[in-house]
Amino acid sequence: MGMTITEKILAAHAGKDSVVPGDNIWVDVDVLMTHDVCGPGTFAIFKKQFGENAKVWDRDKVVIIPDHFIFTEDTHANRNIDILRQFVKEQDLPHYYDVGTDNYKGVCHLALAQEGFNRPGEILFGTDSHTSTSGAFGMFSTGIGNTDAAFILGTGKIWVKVPESMCFEFTGKFPDHVMAKDVILNVIGDIGVDGATYRSMEWRGDAVMSLSMEERMTLCNMAIEAGGKNGIIEADEVTTDYVRQRTDRPYKIYHSDEDAKYFFKKTYNASEMESIVAKPHSPDNKAKVSECEDVKLDRAYIGSCTGGKLTDFMAAAKLLKGKKVQIDTFIVPATREVEEDLHKEKIGGETLVDIFKNAGAYLGDPSCAACLGGPKDTFGRAKDNQVVISTTNRNFPGRMGSKQSHVYLASPYTAAASALTGHITNPAEFVNN
Amino acid sequence: MKKIIEGLAYVLGNDVDTDQIIPAEHLVYSLSDPEEKKNYGKFALTGVPGEQAGLPDGNVSFTEGDNFESKYSIIIGGKNFGCGSSREHAPACMEIAGVRAVIAQSYARIFYRNSVDGGFFIPFECITRLVEEIKTGDDLKIDLVANTLANKTQNKMYDLKSLGEVIDIIEAGNIFEYARKTGMIASS
Repeated sequence: MGMTITEKILAAHAGKDSVVPGDNIWVDVDVLMTHDVCGPGTFAIFKKQFGENAKVWDRDKVVIIPDHFIFTEDTHANRNIDILRQFVKEQDLPHYYDVGTDNYKGVCHLALAQEGFNRPGEILFGTDSHTSTSGAFGMFSTGIGNTDAAFILGTGKIWVKVPESMCFEFTGKFPDHVMAKDVILNVIGDIGVDGATYRSMEWRGDAVMSLSMEERMTLCNMAIEAGGKNGIIEADEVTTDYVRQRTDRPYKIYHSDEDAKYFFKKTYNASEMESIVAKPHSPDNKAKVSECEDVKLDRAYIGSCTGGKLTDFMAAAKLLKGKKVQIDTFIVPATREVEEDLHKEKIGGETLVDIFKNAGAYLGDPSCAACLGGPKDTFGRAKDNQVVISTTNRNFPGRMGSKQSHVYLASPYTAAASALTGHITNPAEFVNN
Repeated sequence: MKKIIEGLAYVLGNDVDTDQIIPAEHLVYSLSDPEEKKNYGKFALTGVPGEQAGLPDGNVSFTEGDNFESKYSIIIGGKNFGCGSSREHAPACMEIAGVRAVIAQSYARIFYRNSVDGGFFIPFECITRLVEEIKTGDDLKIDLVANTLANKTQNKMYDLKSLGEVIDIIEAGNIFEYARKTGMIASS
């Protein structure tokens, strides 16, 4: 019987010819990523279990990217960065991107891609649920806790139960005003926040393969919002073009077999997709933007691993150029590279930074920032009972910092169009003009 | 592994996410420092919306004031318990507050894995939904040999699902002890 791409990658890393869903296997890990929130706990468990002087299994396979609580006065948060530094020093780790240096990157999931750690066919674990993002590169990637990460640090291995696969195929062409965020919010709304629990979400079809790497990352990023174990898209020329610019390491491209078995298969007509929001307080609380136009907003937030990439800001800038926002609008590039691009990329001769400033938006430093609330002094953190439209990935109660706030998840197009009017607004006519 | 777990119930609903279990602003404390980690118990479940906190009445605090330990040690949940982030601080804060078992309809997988691999408490699955059956404060008794739950307050019995394939890790204590038992890593 044939195998899916996820099954093939897992089998290869377990030294097996084949696996089937439900098999419990031990896999060899190619990359382990951790950050400032989970690194300190991971290192403490590693030392407790393997010894104070134990060494990590492979220095070259450990990547440490502080990104969550960075630009804050919180003493505990800053102490945690010191713990990362200390561990990196003790272990002499080469892949560390320190806060306050030129080497600082920002949000780990995009930094992994930009620094060449996302390579087709590999297995990447990270202490962050949105590690599923890397699946956009035709690799297996998923989030784990501190204990599992400490186990990997010491052994280079971890157990995995092989997930069943679900196939989401999009054929044809997406409308110009529809972004990957609309597509994933649509699918999560269809299957629910536990609709893919412990399953692989595989994206296929010519419409998916027409997307840029950044848009593909948005699709895979939010697999976890449906409970998915991983999101994955087979690598093609778009993938290899991106990877080749970032690393010269070898990789292996896997494809799902024609006769691979899927738990679920659905084909969507891409041209029928619309702009979607997830209403408070769940990513599966789907509505068409056109059904929510009476919702008045207090602020807009464009940022995070899923909504703070160059593609996302190009989209927002296209709508904001030459206009003024009507509500507080926060722009948070995911990484330094994106931030630098905001200064370089232009629309009609004007840089994106200037477009945002002239529109009256506030620009923040690259980090996770208010996507998950964070310490009280976090840029863009929601207050009181504010109604927020956000390109982030979660609108759980209190997620952006205030338990009384209401968060609508939306595409950068929808967030920008709504910033211009002060209520939820369909971006279609802005985009098409 | 204990054969019996007894304690008072604290009842929650569906899709209790990790931001509700431990809001992100608190993820700054040490999980290994014995004093500092008490903060996690103090803030455990403080993100749960009031009307959902301690069903059926709601607005029941899990921990009181500055206490880091809760009088409730068995959590009853609906579907998709622990969805969201991979933060191990979520099962950890519950253990620090004194939780010994969770009984839910279903779990988000990372939270389930963390609970088992870290040995924080036992995540049971119920066969029939218990959120509307059990009241916060009910006196419960879990029999791990018979796989049953007794509600001593209401004098009712329920079967629980078998712990299945993770029972070996739970019996060993955590993934490290399991790996030592099976020879994957050297005994300390």
